[in-house]
Amino acid sequence: MPDTTVSATATGHRAASPGPAGSRPTTAWRLLVRNRLAMVGLVFIAIWTIGALVAGLLPYTPTETGTGGLLEPPSAAHLFGTDNFGRDILARVLAGGRISLWTGLIAVGISLLIGVPIGAVSGFVGGAVSAVLMRVMDVLLAFPSLVLAMAIAAALGPGLASAMVAVGVVGIPEFARIVYSQTRSLRERDFVEAGRAIGLRDRTILIRHIIPNTVAPILVRSTLGMGYAILTAASLSFIGLGAQPPTPEWGVMISDGRGYIISGEWWMTVFPGIAIATSILGFNLIGDGLRDVLDPRLRTSR
Amino acid sequence: MNHVVRRVLAMFPALLGVVLCIFLLTRVLPGDPARTLAGEQADPATVEKIRVEMGLDQPLVAQFISYVRDLFAGDFGFAWHTGQPVLTDFASRLPATVELAIVAIFISLLVGVPIGVVSATRRDRPIDHASRVFSLIGASMPLFWLALIVIFVFYNRLGWEPAPLGRIAQGVNPPTSITGLYLLDSLLTGDVVAFKSSLAHIIWPALCLATGSTAIIARMTRSEMLEVINQDYVRTARSKGLPPAKVILKHALKNAAPVIVTVVGLQFGQLLGGAVITETVFSWPGIGFYVVQSVLATDYAPVQAFTLLAAAVYLTVNLCVDLFNARLDPRIENA
Repeated sequence: MPDTTVSATATGHRAASPGPAGSRPTTAWRLLVRNRLAMVGLVFIAIWTIGALVAGLLPYTPTETGTGGLLEPPSAAHLFGTDNFGRDILARVLAGGRISLWTGLIAVGISLLIGVPIGAVSGFVGGAVSAVLMRVMDVLLAFPSLVLAMAIAAALGPGLASAMVAVGVVGIPEFARIVYSQTRSLRERDFVEAGRAIGLRDRTILIRHIIPNTVAPILVRSTLGMGYAILTAASLSFIGLGAQPPTPEWGVMISDGRGYIISGEWWMTVFPGIAIATSILGFNLIGDGLRDVLDPRLRTSR
Repeated sequence: MNHVVRRVLAMFPALLGVVLCIFLLTRVLPGDPARTLAGEQADPATVEKIRVEMGLDQPLVAQFISYVRDLFAGDFGFAWHTGQPVLTDFASRLPATVELAIVAIFISLLVGVPIGVVSATRRDRPIDHASRVFSLIGASMPLFWLALIVIFVFYNRLGWEPAPLGRIAQGVNPPTSITGLYLLDSLLTGDVVAFKSSLAHIIWPALCLATGSTAIIARMTRSEMLEVINQDYVRTARSKGLPPAKVILKHALKNAAPVIVTVVGLQFGQLLGGAVITETVFSWPGIGFYVVQSVLATDYAPVQAFTLLAAAVYLTVNLCVDLFNARLDPRIENA
């Protein structure tokens, strides 16, 4: 009989990861599916993802003007009505989903790529490095998030790319802090000691053994971060710092509709707004569900 | 006392870090402030001249020192689009923002805390579910959209709301300025007409601004109350026959207070971000509205000053929260 104990101990530390389901993605998934609210969230996100994919099949493109009359209320020809340039609002809202989802992914990606290494290194190394890095993170947390995002986007110059970077940078400290506290506690665990004993380098221990064990809280934070990123980027676009007209971005569309809602043309504003609200709600519900499944200790509702 | 001094002193390094961050934002990021100021069409010689005038040819450290020195002298830069120092512009607009923020925080406390308490004491009953749904939706609603919907429904359709343009109706004279807060000033001078008009104008933007923080305060109050209600001392208070309302208010809520105070403090900082949005939608003449106008005019000094102000407010409020909580719970002082 082949001896399997060696390979078992090599990966054994994963079983010691926090949370009862942290080591078993399939169990976690089954628990998540049973969480009704999380499934509602998933449906919302699925709607906008599919919408973004099929947007090209619509008879109108999102920036095509004069597809009907100007400011036509919703009808069979234009389910969401037309805007002040006669553009089809449904086409614009669906195309906006593509922009918003990408914005969320890129912004969260930036926060992750910078925040996780900062947190992991300062948690693992400790000492002066850690003190300096975490102080910097604390300083960033002293800014109200939207205000900091505004300042960064304004310094970079208005545009969708600026908004993505701004939102991404604002999210860094959250990730750094989560990974920092996780790493600090993991550092003292036996499997790290064991790694050292068999002569692994610090970098290997950090990348191969510590970071994988912080995946659960990072996943939760990333999901919630997607909703937050979509909201903040849309807010930046609304005040003129993010995507610029005629880009079919939800915040831009609401800003365009601003002058018309006062006179009663609600459809220019209502539909993109519902899109933003449901996608944020979607990510929040999935994030809460994931947290309940992956890390019951962090549960807020009990 | 010792604790107070230590906490106040600890704020200064953080404040310095904030100033450094804001300074680096303009100097390190791509984009040339001199070029922005000179305009896209300016010739290189003009840009160079402005660069020297702004001190941008100096080493970074020297620039930072002179920036901090200016801040201490009360020089927060010059707003080109209004032709006035930023400090002057801020001073005339600050009362509008302060008034809006105070009314909003009052609303979110008066609504959020009771919702949280009721929700916790009637856990899993319909009212608890309703309040949790409210919290979820309130936290997911984009503020700028909510504000527009409020205007559509209450101004356009129902006609309950006055035109969303400013702090007081056009034909009404603002109250004699004492504090700059219209509600307070009109009460102090007994100006009923001005009071009614400013109340009618402030209530809608304040409600919008309060929605997000109300939702969060309600959620945190609920979870903290649930935690506290299960403690032994609450059971003891119940078992010795105290009326339920007294147990909840005197024993449970009082012990949940530090967490609630902390959340309210954190929300106060975020309110300034929300004020930018709310003021823009309601044309509310405060600093948030002013900052957005500056952004649109590519005038960066006001944005920088606002960012600094927001972080300073946040740090100060947090300090107050810490000190207040230390008062509430002497154990915190030694922690």
